[in-house]
Amino acid sequence: MVQTPRFLPCGDSALTVEFGSAIDRDLNGKVLALDALLRRNPPAGLIETVPTYRSLTLQFDPTLLDYGALIHRLEEVTRDLQPQATAGTRWRVPVVYGGEYGIDLEDVARHHGLTSSKVIEIHASAVYRIYMIGFLPGFAYLGGLDPRIATSRRTQPRLKVPSGSIMIGGEQAGIVPMEMPSGWHLLGRTPVLSYAPERDPAFLFAAGDEIIFEPIDASRWDALEKAALNGEPVAERVSA
Amino acid sequence: MTSIVVKSCGPLTSLQDWGRIGYQGFGVSPSGAMDRRCLAMANALVGNAPETAAIEFVNLGGSFVCEDGELRLALVGAGCAASINDTPVAPNTTIVLREGDTLQVGHARSGTFAYLSVAGGFQIEPQLGSLSFHQRSRLGGLNGAPLKAGDRLPCKADAQDVTPMQLPLEPLEETGPIRVMMGPQDDYFTDDAIQTFLSAEFSISPQADRMGFQLNGPQLEHAKGFNIVSDGIVDGHIQVPGSGLPIVLMRDRQTAGGYPKIAAIISADLARFAQMRPGTPVRFRAVSRDEAVAAARQMKEWMNALPSALVPLRFDLTTEHLLSTNLIGGMVDALTHKASDH
Repeated sequence: MVQTPRFLPCGDSALTVEFGSAIDRDLNGKVLALDALLRRNPPAGLIETVPTYRSLTLQFDPTLLDYGALIHRLEEVTRDLQPQATAGTRWRVPVVYGGEYGIDLEDVARHHGLTSSKVIEIHASAVYRIYMIGFLPGFAYLGGLDPRIATSRRTQPRLKVPSGSIMIGGEQAGIVPMEMPSGWHLLGRTPVLSYAPERDPAFLFAAGDEIIFEPIDASRWDALEKAALNGEPVAERVSA
Repeated sequence: MTSIVVKSCGPLTSLQDWGRIGYQGFGVSPSGAMDRRCLAMANALVGNAPETAAIEFVNLGGSFVCEDGELRLALVGAGCAASINDTPVAPNTTIVLREGDTLQVGHARSGTFAYLSVAGGFQIEPQLGSLSFHQRSRLGGLNGAPLKAGDRLPCKADAQDVTPMQLPLEPLEETGPIRVMMGPQDDYFTDDAIQTFLSAEFSISPQADRMGFQLNGPQLEHAKGFNIVSDGIVDGHIQVPGSGLPIVLMRDRQTAGGYPKIAAIISADLARFAQMRPGTPVRFRAVSRDEAVAAARQMKEWMNALPSALVPLRFDLTTEHLLSTNLIGGMVDALTHKASDH
């Protein structure tokens, strides 16, 4: 069955084209395909596009854009849209789990009736795909979390979560690029800086890349953190 | 090089322009001026394009010294008063600052955000296409930081010959509920929650900053949980986390988020909302796309008309002897009344 996208208003100056509500490789591939198509041939008044897991948000100047014509065109081009094939880099990211590095590890384990080491094993054995970079510069949203440890967000977000936090929220997983507010659960922390404005490249990861987590001992933290602050990637490129 | 040197300012004082456009796909917040109306007015008074970067004041003012030349500046917004070497300057006029002069900017008396523009703009390298400072990205401003005492902001000396003008009008005076368009996730809320959202009185909580304004008021009940797979966010989106209390996302917002968004403030009402101080009561009214777009057009026309609304300043405020005579008090009063009559 062909699923037609939903067109959701975001005020007068934006529109979200929603391909579905799941974290799904094909849905995400369609988002990237529509994004590429609109970038190649942008409608008058389009300001920018924001691709996410499962939707593309178009921001525009409402006084320059013909909304009816845009919807008509979107209906046409999304009818037979094929997911964009993306082959990204696979990164191995070192993580210190639990303790002061991952203050929610034990709570998450308890919530699921698992031991902390079982949660670590489950979390570190998956291959994650970066579905999008968003929320903050370089924040990598990961798909591929094992449903056995999927955990609903906290009811009240924390105002500050440290840079490098490895966290999960609902079915999503993420790598925190800088201190930020979040309602997700903190399992561990990596010294890897996914965003460093003074480094070239400033952004380490891209949508379509893959991530595997490698549990490391806390004794290695200081040396790796120093390397990261010196502009080294610390995350390793590995072959799939 | 002709520069403005910061002698003192509030901790949240920063450079802001129209925003950092085109990098949200990398997770970079657009940021930019919280009140584009006032930024456009300040820029019009010194002959700049409306989106040119200016100093944004948040509640607190500051003091600045002109070095190595003469500057044309303008201060607009939040009822902030300006004075040169302790002599008051008429509101909504071009300010002429001579070498060694000290410009004092007062604190906000109504609203929160004010803008100090300089003719020609600042001679500072933009980052990712914008001078807008964004705290969490460490981008924009002066070396990725807010302004602080001792900062030197180089200005374009060749732009300082603009004729001093006054702008005898105030920002579009709109009252009544803040207008919103429902969606994109209004279907995540109960009918009661939608009705409450559109009829109850909320108030701006003290937790209000450039990233978002938390609202106090009745809790809005979710119909199917409060976790969504994160999707795109725009300025003015009203998200409702598990607490049921809405948060209006402002210029320094994240680019995507996972709480359902019940509605978005229309673009024409965003600056008016931004100027509401903590404790201010606020109501929301849902409008159609047609009404929202008409309001956006009206705002754009108002902004485009700013340069033609300028009139030359009738008194030469730059003349030293005028400033030192008794004439100045009466003149400032006259101008103040003129400005406030409109």
